[in-house]
Amino acid sequence: MNIVVLVKQVPDSGSERKLDPSDNTVARASADNVINEMDEYAIEEALTIKEAQGGEVTVLTVGPDSATDAIRKALSMGADKAVHVSDEAIHGSDALQISAVLAAALQQLEYDLVLCGAEATDSQMSVMPALLAERLGIPQLSGARKLTVEGSTARIERQTDGGYWAVEAPLPAIVSTWDTINEPRYPSFKGIMAAKKKPVETKSLADLGVDPSTVGLAAASTKVLDFAGRPPKGEGVKVTDEGDGAQKLVDFLASQKIV
Amino acid sequence: MAEVLVLAELNPAGGGVRKTTLEALTAARALGEPSAVVVGAPGTAAGVKDALAEYGAATVYVAEAPEIDEYLVAPKAEVLAQLVGEKSPAAVVIPSSPEGKEIAARLAVRTGSGFLTDVTEIAADGTATQVAFAGATIVHSQVTTGTPIYTLRGNSVTPEPAPAAGAEQPVSVSVSDAAKQARVVDRVVEQKSSRPELTEASIVVSGGRGVASAENFAIIEALADSLGGAVGASRAAVDSGFYPHSFQVGQTGKTVSPQLYVAVGISGAIQHRAGMQTSKTIVAINKDPEAPIFELADFGVVGDLNTVVPAATEQITARK
Repeated sequence: MNIVVLVKQVPDSGSERKLDPSDNTVARASADNVINEMDEYAIEEALTIKEAQGGEVTVLTVGPDSATDAIRKALSMGADKAVHVSDEAIHGSDALQISAVLAAALQQLEYDLVLCGAEATDSQMSVMPALLAERLGIPQLSGARKLTVEGSTARIERQTDGGYWAVEAPLPAIVSTWDTINEPRYPSFKGIMAAKKKPVETKSLADLGVDPSTVGLAAASTKVLDFAGRPPKGEGVKVTDEGDGAQKLVDFLASQKIV
Repeated sequence: MAEVLVLAELNPAGGGVRKTTLEALTAARALGEPSAVVVGAPGTAAGVKDALAEYGAATVYVAEAPEIDEYLVAPKAEVLAQLVGEKSPAAVVIPSSPEGKEIAARLAVRTGSGFLTDVTEIAADGTATQVAFAGATIVHSQVTTGTPIYTLRGNSVTPEPAPAAGAEQPVSVSVSDAAKQARVVDRVVEQKSSRPELTEASIVVSGGRGVASAENFAIIEALADSLGGAVGASRAAVDSGFYPHSFQVGQTGKTVSPQLYVAVGISGAIQHRAGMQTSKTIVAINKDPEAPIFELADFGVVGDLNTVVPAATEQITARK
């Protein structure tokens, strides 16, 4: 079972995140960058399947040179090797363009399964499995809280409001995973040391056969016109309960015509 | 007037049109004349046509075939792509559910168009408003290529009736083999609830770690019921096993934007704020006066939730 896990380096969702006013793209250089938290669940799932069924786990990322940190994290958890697509021309690409680059990179790899996190904490779009399934003509099994791979069939429980849908598809398929699917392992010291020797192949757009004029900010199909900080909320009212807290709360709701 | 296609999102099992669809029809009117698109199993459109017409659908395209609901996402995207090809609409507006965003993504690839997800407003010139980074940044964006595709975040727009003809127009459907790969073999409902859907509710009452146990979530549910609201939970409460994951509000859960959000026993970590920061009115109940949730709250009560919440529930019920 050969598995490719898509990972994305994102600004830490626990720190202040900004757009860069010079070109309205995510300010990555000044950010505290980490591996997208949701991707760790996809890596864990890939490693679990590999441990049971054999095969190889390859990490694939598109991002600037600094995205190497995210790759190292995945390798230290136990992935076997990595492909890092890095090219100046990619800067400012939207989801559609990134999906074209990822699709081109996947076409150069052998895989039975592609795994990724169910969302990136920076863009929160949750569309990469749909985009890649459409581009590659493979089935989309997105939003999984459970994954079972048997023979040439993958089956997921797709999280829904108040329940799940059981969905199955033939391999190769792309699966995205929520944080309820497993508990990601921490890299061991041995894993961290071993990761330093694992192969990371860097590829440019030319290596992938992608025309650089089709990616990047200038060729994007969407454009950010402007952005602003959300206006700060006015100072709220805070009362300390001295037996009348509930009364004051209900009075407030009544003043807002809510009750 | 330019035609704008609006994909109708429906409740399961003949449960009618979802509020998100009425919101999408309302938002679409900024761009032109909305036409609703109903895609589903045979018989789907019959029960929803009138509601779609009431909220502005001049035309209701009906694309019905048994195999549409048997496969995930792809058949619906295929039908929409076919309609975009035939009708050349000015734009497509889709409710921003997980499925809606995935349909938008596939439609964008198929039609060579740009798409914007989770927009909260669409202006007449096509400029969309989005809220980025956990509500901290407001962004204005445009689609610059192809037929603009938008997914509209729930509760961003107030549905307004605008009666239109709702002329039914059948669409012939042939789902390709490529769209018939991911088969839905079962749909399982684990929590039957009479409460409104979390992302659609105009009032949400959420409990956090401070609620302290699964049993004690009963007081959160009781307050929600007295207000006619939905119940949510913070990640800390979900991780502690107090409440199911599908009710999680936050960065790694649902994003809600109700008229009233009541945070009970929730400290207000960024993880949680990401999912509720854009709520219109925020009320917090917490025993820690320094809890960051109070920075967001329009009204805060520093006190023991075990006394404040039941007392508030009782008083709200008494007012009815």
